[in-house]
Amino acid sequence: MKNRLKVLRAERDLTQAQLADLLNVSRQTINAIEKGKFDPSLPLAFKAARLFGLIIEDIFEDEAVE
Amino acid sequence: MTSPESTNTNWKQRNNLNTKRLAKWTAAWVISLALATFGDKFIWQQNELITAIAIGINFLVGIMMIMVNKQHLIDLDELQQKIQLNAMGLSLGIGLIVGISYSTLDTTGLISSHAEISHLIIVMALTYMIGIILGNRKYQ
Repeated sequence: MKNRLKVLRAERDLTQAQLADLLNVSRQTINAIEKGKFDPSLPLAFKAARLFGLIIEDIFEDEAVE
Repeated sequence: MTSPESTNTNWKQRNNLNTKRLAKWTAAWVISLALATFGDKFIWQQNELITAIAIGINFLVGIMMIMVNKQHLIDLDELQQKIQLNAMGLSLGIGLIVGISYSTLDTTGLISSHAEISHLIIVMALTYMIGIILGNRKYQ
Protein backbone atom coordinates (compact mmCIF):
# COMPACT_ATOMS: atom_id res chain seq x y z
CA MET A 1 0.00 0.00 0.00
CA LYS A 2 1.42 3.38 -1.04
CA ASN A 3 1.04 6.40 1.18
CA ARG A 4 1.76 10.13 1.31
CA LEU A 5 2.68 10.20 4.98
CA LYS A 6 6.22 11.43 4.39
CA VAL A 7 5.05 14.29 2.16
CA LEU A 8 2.28 15.32 4.54
CA ARG A 9 4.67 15.19 7.46
CA ALA A 10 7.26 17.28 5.61
CA GLU A 11 4.61 19.85 4.65
CA ARG A 12 3.87 20.33 8.33
CA ASP A 13 7.55 20.39 9.35
CA LEU A 14 7.19 17.39 11.57
CA THR A 15 9.92 14.89 12.34
CA GLN A 16 9.15 11.17 12.44
CA ALA A 17 9.46 11.31 16.22
CA GLN A 18 6.99 14.19 16.46
CA LEU A 19 4.47 12.44 14.23
CA ALA A 20 4.95 9.28 16.27
CA ASP A 21 4.21 11.32 19.39
CA LEU A 22 1.05 12.70 17.83
CA LEU A 23 -0.17 9.24 16.79
CA ASN A 24 0.91 7.44 19.97
CA VAL A 25 3.18 4.98 18.20
CA SER A 26 6.91 4.43 18.03
CA ARG A 27 9.16 6.27 15.56
CA GLN A 28 10.02 2.86 14.10
CA THR A 29 6.36 2.41 13.16
CA ILE A 30 6.18 5.77 11.36
CA ASN A 31 9.39 4.97 9.49
CA ALA A 32 8.12 1.52 8.47
CA ILE A 33 4.80 2.98 7.23
CA GLU A 34 6.55 5.71 5.25
CA LYS A 35 8.83 3.17 3.60
CA GLY A 36 5.85 0.96 2.74
CA LYS A 37 7.20 -1.87 4.86
CA PHE A 38 4.21 -1.89 7.19
CA ASP A 39 0.54 -1.21 6.56
CA PRO A 40 -1.18 0.48 9.50
CA SER A 41 -4.41 -0.78 11.00
CA LEU A 42 -7.66 0.99 10.13
CA PRO A 43 -7.82 2.80 13.52
CA LEU A 44 -4.28 4.13 13.05
CA ALA A 45 -5.02 5.16 9.46
CA PHE A 46 -8.14 7.03 10.66
CA LYS A 47 -6.09 8.68 13.39
CA ALA A 48 -3.52 9.87 10.84
CA ALA A 49 -6.28 11.12 8.56
CA ARG A 50 -7.90 13.05 11.42
CA LEU A 51 -4.55 14.53 12.38
CA PHE A 52 -3.91 15.84 8.85
CA GLY A 53 -7.53 16.87 8.34
CA LEU A 54 -7.90 14.54 5.36
CA ILE A 55 -9.74 11.38 4.47
CA ILE A 56 -7.93 8.03 4.47
CA GLU A 57 -7.89 7.81 0.67
CA ASP A 58 -5.95 11.10 0.53
CA ILE A 59 -3.14 9.48 2.50
CA PHE A 60 -3.22 5.79 1.66
CA GLU A 61 -3.60 4.26 -1.76
CA ASP A 62 -4.41 0.64 -2.50
CA GLU A 63 -1.88 -0.46 -5.12
CA ALA A 64 -4.27 -3.14 -6.37
CA VAL A 65 -6.68 -0.42 -7.53
CA GLU A 66 -5.68 1.19 -10.86
CA MET B 1 -8.34 17.98 22.14
CA THR B 2 -5.95 16.12 24.45
CA SER B 3 -2.41 17.36 24.26
CA PRO B 4 -0.56 14.95 21.94
CA GLU B 5 2.64 15.42 23.90
CA SER B 6 1.01 14.41 27.15
CA THR B 7 -0.77 11.40 25.63
CA ASN B 8 2.37 10.07 24.00
CA THR B 9 4.48 10.84 27.03
CA ASN B 10 1.96 8.73 28.88
CA TRP B 11 2.24 6.02 26.21
CA LYS B 12 6.03 6.04 26.41
CA GLN B 13 6.01 6.18 30.18
CA ARG B 14 3.54 3.30 30.30
CA ASN B 15 5.75 1.23 28.01
CA ASN B 16 8.86 2.02 30.04
CA LEU B 17 7.00 1.15 33.22
CA ASN B 18 5.72 -2.11 31.68
CA THR B 19 9.24 -3.07 30.55
CA LYS B 20 10.69 -2.38 34.00
CA ARG B 21 7.83 -4.26 35.68
CA LEU B 22 8.36 -7.24 33.36
CA ALA B 23 12.11 -7.22 34.06
CA LYS B 24 11.45 -7.22 37.82
CA TRP B 25 8.93 -10.10 37.67
CA THR B 26 11.18 -12.10 35.33
CA ALA B 27 14.09 -11.62 37.74
CA ALA B 28 11.83 -12.64 40.64
CA TRP B 29 10.76 -15.75 38.75
CA VAL B 30 14.38 -16.74 37.95
CA ILE B 31 15.43 -16.18 41.58
CA SER B 32 12.45 -18.15 42.94
CA LEU B 33 13.22 -20.95 40.45
CA ALA B 34 16.87 -21.04 41.55
CA LEU B 35 15.74 -21.10 45.18
CA ALA B 36 13.27 -23.94 44.56
CA THR B 37 15.90 -25.89 42.60
CA PHE B 38 19.00 -25.43 44.74
CA GLY B 39 17.51 -24.52 48.14
CA ASP B 40 16.36 -28.09 48.63
CA LYS B 41 19.95 -29.32 48.50
CA PHE B 42 22.00 -26.42 49.82
CA ILE B 43 19.77 -24.44 52.22
CA TRP B 44 16.98 -26.45 53.86
CA GLN B 45 18.45 -29.95 53.44
CA GLN B 46 15.59 -31.70 51.62
CA ASN B 47 12.73 -30.55 53.82
CA GLU B 48 9.79 -31.51 51.60
CA LEU B 49 7.37 -28.94 53.01
CA ILE B 50 9.75 -26.03 52.38
CA THR B 51 10.51 -27.40 48.90
CA ALA B 52 6.78 -27.60 48.11
CA ILE B 53 6.27 -24.02 49.35
CA ALA B 54 9.24 -22.82 47.26
CA ILE B 55 7.84 -24.51 44.15
CA GLY B 56 4.41 -23.03 44.88
CA ILE B 57 5.90 -19.53 45.22
CA ASN B 58 7.82 -20.04 41.97
CA PHE B 59 4.57 -21.06 40.25
CA LEU B 60 2.67 -18.02 41.56
CA VAL B 61 5.48 -15.65 40.60
CA GLY B 62 5.41 -17.27 37.14
CA ILE B 63 1.68 -16.52 36.85
CA MET B 64 2.35 -12.89 37.76
CA MET B 65 5.14 -12.76 35.18
CA ILE B 66 2.71 -13.98 32.50
CA MET B 67 0.12 -11.36 33.46
CA VAL B 68 2.68 -8.56 33.45
CA ASN B 69 3.99 -9.78 30.07
CA LYS B 70 0.44 -9.79 28.71
CA GLN B 71 -0.03 -6.17 29.75
CA HIS B 72 3.35 -5.30 28.25
CA LEU B 73 2.27 -6.79 24.91
CA ILE B 74 -1.15 -5.08 24.98
CA ASP B 75 0.44 -1.66 25.48
CA LEU B 76 2.93 -1.99 22.60
CA ASP B 77 2.05 -0.31 19.32
CA GLU B 78 0.80 -2.42 16.40
CA LEU B 79 4.19 -2.85 14.68
CA GLN B 80 5.88 -3.84 17.92
CA GLN B 81 3.07 -6.33 18.55
CA LYS B 82 3.57 -7.78 15.07
CA ILE B 83 7.32 -8.19 15.68
CA GLN B 84 6.60 -9.89 19.01
CA LEU B 85 3.96 -12.17 17.48
CA ASN B 86 6.31 -13.27 14.67
CA ALA B 87 9.15 -13.91 17.13
CA MET B 88 6.89 -15.89 19.47
CA GLY B 89 5.47 -17.89 16.55
CA LEU B 90 8.98 -18.72 15.38
CA SER B 91 10.05 -19.67 18.89
CA LEU B 92 6.98 -21.86 19.44
CA GLY B 93 7.35 -23.60 16.06
CA ILE B 94 11.06 -24.23 16.41
CA GLY B 95 10.58 -25.26 20.04
CA LEU B 96 7.92 -27.80 19.07
CA ILE B 97 9.87 -29.31 16.18
CA VAL B 98 13.23 -29.37 17.98
CA GLY B 99 11.60 -30.60 21.20
CA ILE B 100 9.85 -33.54 19.53
CA SER B 101 12.95 -34.50 17.52
CA TYR B 102 15.15 -34.21 20.62
CA SER B 103 12.74 -36.30 22.67
CA THR B 104 12.54 -38.94 19.91
CA LEU B 105 16.35 -39.10 19.78
CA ASP B 106 16.28 -39.81 23.51
CA THR B 107 13.45 -42.39 23.51
CA THR B 108 14.93 -44.29 20.55
CA GLY B 109 18.32 -44.34 22.25
CA LEU B 110 20.11 -42.49 19.45
CA ILE B 111 21.65 -40.11 22.00
CA SER B 112 23.29 -41.31 25.19
CA SER B 113 22.20 -38.40 27.42
CA HIS B 114 18.64 -37.67 28.57
CA ALA B 115 16.63 -34.99 26.75
CA GLU B 116 16.57 -32.10 29.24
CA ILE B 117 13.77 -29.51 29.25
CA SER B 118 16.37 -26.82 29.98
CA HIS B 119 17.98 -27.45 26.57
CA LEU B 120 14.63 -26.86 24.91
CA ILE B 121 14.13 -23.63 26.85
CA ILE B 122 17.55 -22.41 25.71
CA VAL B 123 16.65 -23.18 22.07
CA MET B 124 13.31 -21.37 22.42
CA ALA B 125 14.87 -18.34 24.14
CA LEU B 126 17.58 -18.05 21.46
CA THR B 127 15.02 -18.45 18.67
CA TYR B 128 12.83 -15.77 20.24
CA MET B 129 15.76 -13.36 20.50
CA ILE B 130 16.75 -14.03 16.88
CA GLY B 131 13.12 -13.45 15.86
CA ILE B 132 13.06 -10.09 17.65
CA ILE B 133 16.34 -9.02 16.03
CA LEU B 134 15.18 -10.10 12.55
CA GLY B 135 11.82 -8.38 13.04
CA ASN B 136 13.41 -5.12 14.10
CA ARG B 137 15.83 -5.25 11.19
CA LYS B 138 12.99 -5.96 8.76
CA TYR B 139 11.05 -2.86 9.81
CA GLN B 140 14.00 -0.49 10.25
